[in-house]
Amino acid sequence: MSKLLSLALSPHEKGKESVSRLMYDVLIALLPAFIVAIFFYGLGAIIISLTAVISAIVFEYLITRYILKKPSTVMDGSAALTGLLIAFNVPSNLNPFLVVLGSFIAIAVAKMSFGGIGNNIFNPALVARVFLLISFPVQMTSWPVPIENRMKYLDAITGPTALGQLKEGVMNGQNVPAIISQMPSQMDMFLGQMTGSLGEVSALALIIGLIYMLIRGVISWHIPITIFTTVFLMQGGLWLANPGAFADPVFHLISGGLMLGAIFMATDYVTSPMNKKAMVYYALGIGVLTVVIRNFGAYPEGVSFAILIMNAVVPILNRYVKPKRFGEIIKNGK
Amino acid sequence: MLRTFPKGGVHPPENKISADKPIEILPLPKQVAIPVSQHIGAPAKIIVNRKDKVKVGQIIASSGGFVSANIHSSVSGTIAKIDKVFDTSGYRKDVVIIDVEGDEWDDNILKSNDLIKQISYSKEEILKKITEAGIVGLGGATFPTHVKLAVPGGKKADILIINGVECEPYLTSDHRLMMEKSSELMVGTQLLMKALGVDKAIIGIENNKPDAIEKLTTLSKGFQGIEIQALKVKYPQGGEKQLIKAIINREVPSGALPIDVGAVVHNVGTAFAVYEAVQKNKPLFERVVTVTGKFVKSPKNLLVRIGTPTMQLIDAAGGLPENTGKVISGGPMMGKALNSLDAPVAKGTSGILLLSKDEAFRAETKACIRCAKCVNVCPMGLEPFLLMTVGERKIWDRMENERVMDCIECGSCSFVCPSNRPLLDYIRLGKNKVGQIIRQRKSN
Repeated sequence: MSKLLSLALSPHEKGKESVSRLMYDVLIALLPAFIVAIFFYGLGAIIISLTAVISAIVFEYLITRYILKKPSTVMDGSAALTGLLIAFNVPSNLNPFLVVLGSFIAIAVAKMSFGGIGNNIFNPALVARVFLLISFPVQMTSWPVPIENRMKYLDAITGPTALGQLKEGVMNGQNVPAIISQMPSQMDMFLGQMTGSLGEVSALALIIGLIYMLIRGVISWHIPITIFTTVFLMQGGLWLANPGAFADPVFHLISGGLMLGAIFMATDYVTSPMNKKAMVYYALGIGVLTVVIRNFGAYPEGVSFAILIMNAVVPILNRYVKPKRFGEIIKNGK
Repeated sequence: MLRTFPKGGVHPPENKISADKPIEILPLPKQVAIPVSQHIGAPAKIIVNRKDKVKVGQIIASSGGFVSANIHSSVSGTIAKIDKVFDTSGYRKDVVIIDVEGDEWDDNILKSNDLIKQISYSKEEILKKITEAGIVGLGGATFPTHVKLAVPGGKKADILIINGVECEPYLTSDHRLMMEKSSELMVGTQLLMKALGVDKAIIGIENNKPDAIEKLTTLSKGFQGIEIQALKVKYPQGGEKQLIKAIINREVPSGALPIDVGAVVHNVGTAFAVYEAVQKNKPLFERVVTVTGKFVKSPKNLLVRIGTPTMQLIDAAGGLPENTGKVISGGPMMGKALNSLDAPVAKGTSGILLLSKDEAFRAETKACIRCAKCVNVCPMGLEPFLLMTVGERKIWDRMENERVMDCIECGSCSFVCPSNRPLLDYIRLGKNKVGQIIRQRKSN
């Protein structure tokens, strides 16, 4: 190295934060939910997660290397994270070709075509999930029953999700408390013993991940807690108004993809707002849309749609919702 | 609970390696180069000629305007020449070069170290002495002290805040001064209170200096109107606006000065210099400088004459290590990298920090992942990522609307960025351009 001294401007010191460190922290936060997924869905969870992660990394590598002809960015961990989140958002008996297709949609279409990390408008893993859900509705809505299918994969015995059961019952004019009485207890649902996409079932495991990310300063509380609160209050209002037609708020918090969505999908850096005030509005929108879709829409589940719709609003929020400036006092009426 | 400012901020590793090293007097150099522009404002006008004999404390350049300050000789000897050399700003500036002969002080200066507690001067006399002594803000901003003390008509100060925060990592010169010149500091604070016409002063000290907090708290019982406020360690608490918010919870409006909320802030080093100027007739010609770095052989706090070449300070701390990659005047967050090791120590030089090659060079810049960490740490509530983006595109009016001029250049954004983006570089560029545009608009 030369004897010359650096003249770079201040600050001369740099914190320990790095992109890969943040991404690996999120991966660590996903670990409890992944362990639960393996416990409940065994073989299927492992096959799908590996397929999704490896294919996402391969697609990103190929695109950066051979189409964009830039140094590869796969080592930053973001492709692996997208892959794992795709896996978490699909049933554990999904055909591996569809998983690979999902990775392709996420990485090639939703991420790299916008310019790669930092430039995409929509959450890549959710784009993949919604693409698969709309294109392959049958495969995407047959969920293996937990535990008994541990050693099975494509031949797993399937059952409906709690939200699916609820939607179907309501459509058939059944009373909501009667439908819910046939489901697992709320404690079992909280721990994750129910049918669902492989990473979304255990609220407990996901909340452990949330606490880890909060302690590590990876995310702030604003998005997840605002979503929880909005869903709880709004659903609580509906439930109090008519308990026969609407499920209770706790049921909605711990069922379906709400925990996974609020903690890991809505908080995606790239597609969420840039200041805390805007984050609260964004999360409020997600909460309201989720409750509306789940209760009044055709789909039993609404978190993915709600997040994608609010992703589209983020640029507007960033433009018009500014952080409170220091000394923001209008002087002399100017 | 400890007070601090509420918005933003970071906590870099403190690295106060030299905190327990008593102040040592650096031996006189053979030659000094005294810059005539060591303060914000107009350079002082040189009033000596080549071959003139000067004494320590003799004025060699007189204030060049209202916002300016006198410059005094820091040594006795002969003026060798008047020249331009690279100073701590990185530019070639006018200096008076003096060959040192002996150490003969101006007759008016009281050389004894006895504490003079009695204040026997009027407000006007104090102000006059401060002006004559060429005192400037010693925290690093080097704004002339007498200008800060001249409260403009229609405005009124009700509180004096003394900045003993020293929030920059590594630096310990203020800490040592608080420990070793505690009583002088207290008298200096009372002098500033009298000059300002206030009956209350609060000295803010961060909690990583418990010894200084304890010592000054005990001492403050004997000085009416002076209180000590311990503060939670958070950078950039030493910023005037942050410190005022932390201590008295007043928010200086955007574009306004502390006096607009009735507060005036001075550094502990300045308060000590005021004591020496008023009570001892001693102009500002020496200061405490921390020489430090993780691999510096013996980090030190040195009492140094203004104009001493930087290299001499480094030699006193064990010499320039082999793998030095950067030499900084000031601290790691806001200091300035030196382009010459002969750059003379100036009134605003609070420290000399040596970084190794590993520490000195920036990591590769990556794409912004929009994590919003820069927004969260900005103490002024700005959006650094956005300022950089519009700065890259040279959209200066948007930069102005996004309040680029509010930036205090603390560097918290660049410090925290996981993608190593040079946020502050673009913000500085923007401030420069927008500042030009604003000045042009005003002159039209």
